[in-house]
Amino acid sequence: MIAQTGSGPHKKKLKPKDFRGLLIISPWIIGFLFLQLYPFLASLYYSFTRYNILGKPEFTGLSNYVRLFTIDPDFKKSIIVTLKYAAISVPAKLLFALIIALILNMKLRGINLFRTIYYIPSILGGSVAVSALWKLLFMSDGIINKMLVQVHLPPVNWLGSPGWAMVTICLLQVWQFGSSMVLFLAALKQIPQDLYEAAAIDGAGRLKCFFTITLPMITSIVFFNLIMQSINALQNFTSAFVITNGGPLKSTYLIGMKLYTEGFSNFKMGYASAISWVLFGIILVFTLMIFKSSDAWVYYEDGGDF
Amino acid sequence: MKRRTNHVVAYVLLFLVGLAITFPFIWMVFACFKTNAEILGSTALLPSSWSFSAFKNGWKGVGQITFATYFVNTFVMVLPTVALTVLSCSFVAFGFARFRFPGKKLFFALMISTLMLPNSVIIIPRYLIFNKMGILNTYWPFYLPALFGCFPFFIFMIVQFLRGIPRELDEAAYIDGCTAIGLYGRILVPLIKPALFSAGLFQFMWTWNDFFDSLIYISTVKKFPLSLGLRASMDTASQVQWDKLMAMSLVSILPLMILFFFAQKYFVEGISTTGIKG
Repeated sequence: MIAQTGSGPHKKKLKPKDFRGLLIISPWIIGFLFLQLYPFLASLYYSFTRYNILGKPEFTGLSNYVRLFTIDPDFKKSIIVTLKYAAISVPAKLLFALIIALILNMKLRGINLFRTIYYIPSILGGSVAVSALWKLLFMSDGIINKMLVQVHLPPVNWLGSPGWAMVTICLLQVWQFGSSMVLFLAALKQIPQDLYEAAAIDGAGRLKCFFTITLPMITSIVFFNLIMQSINALQNFTSAFVITNGGPLKSTYLIGMKLYTEGFSNFKMGYASAISWVLFGIILVFTLMIFKSSDAWVYYEDGGDF
Repeated sequence: MKRRTNHVVAYVLLFLVGLAITFPFIWMVFACFKTNAEILGSTALLPSSWSFSAFKNGWKGVGQITFATYFVNTFVMVLPTVALTVLSCSFVAFGFARFRFPGKKLFFALMISTLMLPNSVIIIPRYLIFNKMGILNTYWPFYLPALFGCFPFFIFMIVQFLRGIPRELDEAAYIDGCTAIGLYGRILVPLIKPALFSAGLFQFMWTWNDFFDSLIYISTVKKFPLSLGLRASMDTASQVQWDKLMAMSLVSILPLMILFFFAQKYFVEGISTTGIKG
């Protein structure tokens, strides 16, 4: 492997000194091979097998996938639920983060205080503690409903009705907009002010400035955020598991939960691996779609040297 | 004049959003001093009488195991993971940033591509490996990836940071007879402290909050970290004792809160420079 890559582009004789760097990154190489590459390939292989944890994997071809898509009713449901979850929570979160970042960028005093406060949910939001808190707040006799009643609105069955349960766990995701906001804020600060001055001389209004200067200049950050947040949302587990336990009527049964149930409650390792590869496929398609579309809407100042 | 009204509107908006964001926490803090019946029955924010019994009783946990155990376990799980992550990732980043070696481009591309490798697709074989090694129900499944630099985010972040440090320093150090290890340990590490600190903070936060991996790898109550301990106190009672649960939830996020307030500069800088997720 080493000799092969070494004899590649430059044909110089390699001295032992040239391998020093390789030695230094060797911990990562070991980790990559045994804890990333091997598991990646192994789960692909297991996905074509029947593998009860006690026995040996037994090759069964495509049967896991066939079963997932034809027999298992929960799986199709969980795909739809997961896509819905990502499609609602990610754009909502990013839009909210962008609006707040724009306001914070108005050169007001006390920005740092607001930025700190808005960031707190991003620190704690993934924890079991906050999921428990969320459940308490949104229970049918929880404080959110009590407040709704006090302002003469009808109470909402947040956790008990399929549609609202999805809204509840999406809200928890949107609530954690702080880290995206900080990224947007950093991007907004980088926009050269003379662009706005030139636009003002040309008589451009604020809305026009936003759509022709601000938005194009931060598209690369929007793009990055969209990819990272989608990958995260598609793999979500904790909030659905703790708050709704996938219910009611499997309306919040995310793929992450399905994977956990098959792999670590039923110990069907082959079947669970197939689920993980479908999830991987979905993530890949999502990412590629965002990448493909990016030519049309992402603007790179340096010409997009990737 | 128009500008001023704009600012007033902006402040009002920011304040309202701030209130909506902090309300769950505010409510949580006061709920800890209420009785279970009061949490479920009353709309008042403040407790009718202040009582610490939720903390006292909640701390006792379930069965024989108290939250003291969960706390100790969490620290035993988190601290070595953080230390190993910072050590291995910075060392590997040093290799990538400062040396030329065969296959470097390929390795770097592979490292970057693992940024997009979802945890769910490797979790099952990892579990099986750890099972074979007989280290399930220990914290080694957390230590090992940290030891071997399986966190490309941090490697990338530290590489970026190292690129900002002039190479003349390295040359001067080598001329003075410094070894590569000496250069790393005595010269570069002190200079990249902010990046190391950011990486450490994020890893601390992620491991502290972790639920999925803990749920899979840790099976006996005696070894539960806080996340599993909290989950257990939601499970066991048929009627959830919300006062105790909220008290223990608050206690369990307190260390993160404190850390954040003291080190928020590093959090914000960490995400601004690399776009790490929060």
